[in-house]
Amino acid sequence: MTTLEAPGTRPAPRRLPAWVGVIPFFLFAIAFLFLPIAFLVIGSFQTIQGEFTLQNYASLTDNSYIQTAYVNSIQISAITAILGGLFGFLLAYAVILGGLPGFLRDALMTFSGVASNFAGVPLALAFVFTLGNVGLVTMWLEDIFGFQLQESGFTIYSIAGLAIVYMYFQFPLMVLIIAPAIDGLRRDWREAAENMGASGFQYWRYVALPILMPSILGTTILLFGNAFGAQATAFQLTGGTIPIAPVVIGAQIRGDVLRDPNLGYAMAMGMVAIMGVSITIYTVLQRRSERWLRS
Amino acid sequence: MSTGTTDRLGMALNVATVAASEPERRRRRPLSTAGAWLIFIIGFLYFFVPLFATFEFSLRAAKRDPVTDELIKPSLAAYENTFADPAFWSSLAYSFTVGLITIAVSLLLIVPTAYWVRLRVPRLRPAVEFVTLMPFVIPPVILVFGIIRIYSGPPLALTNTPNGSDILLVGAYVVLSFPYMYRAVDTGLAAMDVRSLTEAAQSMGAGWPRIIWQVIFPNLRAAILSGAFLTLAIVIGEYTIATFLVGTKPFGPYLSLLGQNKAYEPAAVSLISFGITWAAMGMLALLGRGTRGRVQVAGAR
Repeated sequence: MTTLEAPGTRPAPRRLPAWVGVIPFFLFAIAFLFLPIAFLVIGSFQTIQGEFTLQNYASLTDNSYIQTAYVNSIQISAITAILGGLFGFLLAYAVILGGLPGFLRDALMTFSGVASNFAGVPLALAFVFTLGNVGLVTMWLEDIFGFQLQESGFTIYSIAGLAIVYMYFQFPLMVLIIAPAIDGLRRDWREAAENMGASGFQYWRYVALPILMPSILGTTILLFGNAFGAQATAFQLTGGTIPIAPVVIGAQIRGDVLRDPNLGYAMAMGMVAIMGVSITIYTVLQRRSERWLRS
Repeated sequence: MSTGTTDRLGMALNVATVAASEPERRRRRPLSTAGAWLIFIIGFLYFFVPLFATFEFSLRAAKRDPVTDELIKPSLAAYENTFADPAFWSSLAYSFTVGLITIAVSLLLIVPTAYWVRLRVPRLRPAVEFVTLMPFVIPPVILVFGIIRIYSGPPLALTNTPNGSDILLVGAYVVLSFPYMYRAVDTGLAAMDVRSLTEAAQSMGAGWPRIIWQVIFPNLRAAILSGAFLTLAIVIGEYTIATFLVGTKPFGPYLSLLGQNKAYEPAAVSLISFGITWAAMGMLALLGRGTRGRVQVAGAR
């Protein structure tokens, strides 16, 4: 910025075009974002000798280990996105329109802000202390109901366990994003519907839900991406014993577990593609919902 | 029949007047209010039981009474051990330092850029927004993968030197901070008359550095602070990028390692970590009062 001409009161001759001012930002983005990603992109299209190939992408579908990782990842992300989206919506609805005292709303929003950011190592540990072998709830179940959690076949160190942990940051994110949309439902719409004789169900079925649907769908897809990219929580909880895509990438960084660096790059690009699609759909749907909810 | 109809009409009118004058929640049927409470309580339990379990677990560490030599349980031994551990303090100090440097670099990049885009080059706005949203598409594990591969060999073998790794860590965190820093700063700029302020400063003879430093920055205080607290909340607990670039030095990897080696101390440190997140988000909520719907989310890790 300092190399720019000083703005004077007299019309000074321009030596540099205005876009020069954003160069530092783009240089930084190139150094720490685009070059690293470009390296992975290029590597994913190369053989180990450096020749061009599409084989790495073809191998993604052949390699059963990678397939399992992707399938596990997509499963966990989809389940926690749908359940988290549903529960988050119900929770936001309950607090905003469900007749609960108003202060609960502010409390919920603050909790959601904290919980949606409370992910990673401490979250995984917190659930070990809750549902692990000597966790508090595990012991409660045994002491009070005589129910042996381990013998029921459930363990927190499994895909189902991981899904329970992910829910902790999934539904608060839904609450945070959907609450403004629920707020945006105008009372006149409901009154107009009631004046025309609509029941509460009909109002929801034909007015409110169609307006909220792009938001709900979009945010659910965002939740999918949110879970799909998470690595630390899963790694801390399972130590890498359950292959999910980000954990396999992590292992690949440490020591080439796929025994083919270029296959690793292709796998990383596969993740980026899935994330990119989900964020794009989210953006499009969010824009659609803003049409109605702008107030 | 006719009286029944008028009665119903009267009731309908009554309902309509009530609807117009009272907030909607007053009219809810008790059944759906009960349902709302049920959902809220489930959410409340989901939120607090793991925290309570962590707290309870952190008290399970036994302590030996110095006089009677008996084991005392529950005790605060896990916290005492944690506070006595130099690695706890050094990891916290390291992460705070990295967080503060990240915030400084991020602000120095984002504030002038967002300002300049608004004032002089609005056509570059989509490009800048695209870059700031990239961290939502690139998961941290992929970002660090690329960074390690490109900076582990010539011409820039930064991962081989300790300071080089620290620089890469800050660089990656600055990229992670782009979405909310840019959003916060851009919202702040939208709330003030950038052009008039700039012209006023210019007509009094201020140069660009001075305009940005003494006019724009002070006016963005609330926006900058909220971006800064969110960045801090993310950097302090971050694990993935930290562990691959600098090992166990930062707080996140320290806690992870502790979780593998110790029984009760991890519970204490997890709660402390939660407290830090809570404090940062609490500051954010204070700053963001009255601005509903601002995204305060860093994304999962």
